Amino acid sequence: MYRTMLTIRRFEERASKEYRSRSGTVPGLVHSYIGQEAIAVGVCFSLRKDDCIVSNHRGHGHLISKGADIRRMMAEIFGKRTGYCKGKGGSMHIADFGIGILGANGIVAAGLPIATGAALAAHLEGKNRIAVVFFGDGACQEGEFQESLNLASIWKLPIIYACENNMYGVNTLATYAIAGGDIPRRAAAYDMPVRSVNGNDVVAVREATSEVVAQVRAGGGPSFVEYKTYRWHPHFEDDSIPDLRPKEEIEAWKEKCPIVFLERRLIEAGIVTEQELAEINNQVMEQIEDAVRYAAESPLPKPEDALEDIFST
Amino acid sequence: MREITYAQASTEALQEEFRRNAKAVHMSTDIPIELQEEFGEERVRRTPISESAFVGASIGLAGSGFTAVADIRMATFGFVAMDQMVNQMAKITYMFGGQAKFPILLRMAIGAGISMAAQHSISPYSMYMNVPGLKIILPSTAYDVKGLLKTAVRDPNPVISFEHSALAPVKGKVPEEEYTIPFGKADIKRGGEDVTVVALSKMVYEALAVADEMERQGISCEVIDPRTLVPLDRDTIKNSVSRTGRLVVVDEACQTCGAAAEILSMVVEDDGLFSKLKASPKRVCGLDVPIPYSPPMERYVIPDQKKIRAAISKVMQKE
Repeated sequence: MYRTMLTIRRFEERASKEYRSRSGTVPGLVHSYIGQEAIAVGVCFSLRKDDCIVSNHRGHGHLISKGADIRRMMAEIFGKRTGYCKGKGGSMHIADFGIGILGANGIVAAGLPIATGAALAAHLEGKNRIAVVFFGDGACQEGEFQESLNLASIWKLPIIYACENNMYGVNTLATYAIAGGDIPRRAAAYDMPVRSVNGNDVVAVREATSEVVAQVRAGGGPSFVEYKTYRWHPHFEDDSIPDLRPKEEIEAWKEKCPIVFLERRLIEAGIVTEQELAEINNQVMEQIEDAVRYAAESPLPKPEDALEDIFST
Repeated sequence: MREITYAQASTEALQEEFRRNAKAVHMSTDIPIELQEEFGEERVRRTPISESAFVGASIGLAGSGFTAVADIRMATFGFVAMDQMVNQMAKITYMFGGQAKFPILLRMAIGAGISMAAQHSISPYSMYMNVPGLKIILPSTAYDVKGLLKTAVRDPNPVISFEHSALAPVKGKVPEEEYTIPFGKADIKRGGEDVTVVALSKMVYEALAVADEMERQGISCEVIDPRTLVPLDRDTIKNSVSRTGRLVVVDEACQTCGAAAEILSMVVEDDGLFSKLKASPKRVCGLDVPIPYSPPMERYVIPDQKKIRAAISKVMQKE
């Protein structure tokens, strides 16, 4: 789990650096997952390989945690032909159907109905697979949130609604946007179990999620989990929308870094040494650089490739 | 050959395809009883009135190896699920680089003429033609609806079937034997020499009635039903216009930016065809207003035989 969290962190740092360098390697938007790594890792490590996830615009962490190839991810973000979507999707639309990643999604809350359909597929197959959909606090004010939770509840579908409450929809405080201020209470109204977890503690995330997964897999119907966290970076890696969140608040949350938190626990428990952590970091850095090299050296798509894949044959 | 209604033919199409494909699942707020009796409540599911949820669920279902059929009923209700149709369903194959297939059939009822007023009457297929990634079918007869729906269920892509409400009780010849109709193949409903009349959906019947009447006046109309708008059988229309040199397109939908405009542009943009035109092509379309409730107003805003006749006469005047 530590290695995967660190991979997400370094991946995001590198993608952000490429984007902000304005060198043109990353032509489009990148939404950074830094600060939220414990959630994707804790959730995905509670799943089976054949379970599926639906991600969102801030999706790199979910994809890496579910086992996506970081070379093909980086190549996609670079707009290269070797990327997951042949350069047609970019950062916000990476999918790998072979390992149960039914796609990231650029429209807030739009992944919820799709994941609900994937859960219906799992239910009809009868192989005890489940679906998980990741979304933020902002998605809870969309109609698709209400419709999906209701549908999954009346059909008792095997799905976990994984809400990453990072306190802000862009710059709008969740406490302002959410009537009553309490998302789990709203989900509970759709007659499903709800939980709220410290999203910066990967052990807590995994323990809680594993229990929920077991209930859902056993046929208990849908479940809702709120993971409380904070994103370190602005809404996306660009200053065109200024970050209006208080600087002290951002700094205070950096003190609660999920990776440092886990490092301390691992060292205190005598599971690893500082030296071993440094070694893992070196290995991860090398993998990220390898992914960047792969992306940089990969060919761009041909302009006319734009006309392919509109329809399947 | 036996005659059955358009509605019966469409039910038969789904029954046959659901027998053939055990992974086909139906979702709708109004349950098709015959289907549910035969295939059970798991495969033929009753949904709440939550268009975004069940259209979106169709995508997740289809992306997981199933075939999804969702009946939205009135096309006006479809707008509630516009994000799922336009941002998701239409783009998902492309955005993900073609790595998964999304066999989805959405059905929507279109049209005006029975005083349902603006929020239950619309023919919005041209809006969807403007969204790459959706196949669009527009069956006008019992034979066509059966064959096209069967093809739609087998297609690995999102298909939207727009079916005119007034056609449900209309009977037509439908063989007992199995058949399908390929997409992108127009049907020449009536051969003719003087004018090409392209008619969509229910307007096929109006155009055919006018063509019969015109025949008696010595004007021979070729009536073409494209049957599918995406893909559109451009060749059949172009070949016909290259023979007749005259074109009238009849569509109940609002005129502005409509399917009729696309068909006209396709003909006049073709250098070879442009020089063969004997008269400027004409559109006979719905007026650009929401569909009014009261019958005299409603009749006034949708095309009728008189308007079709006038357009044909007009293109025949210029020799």
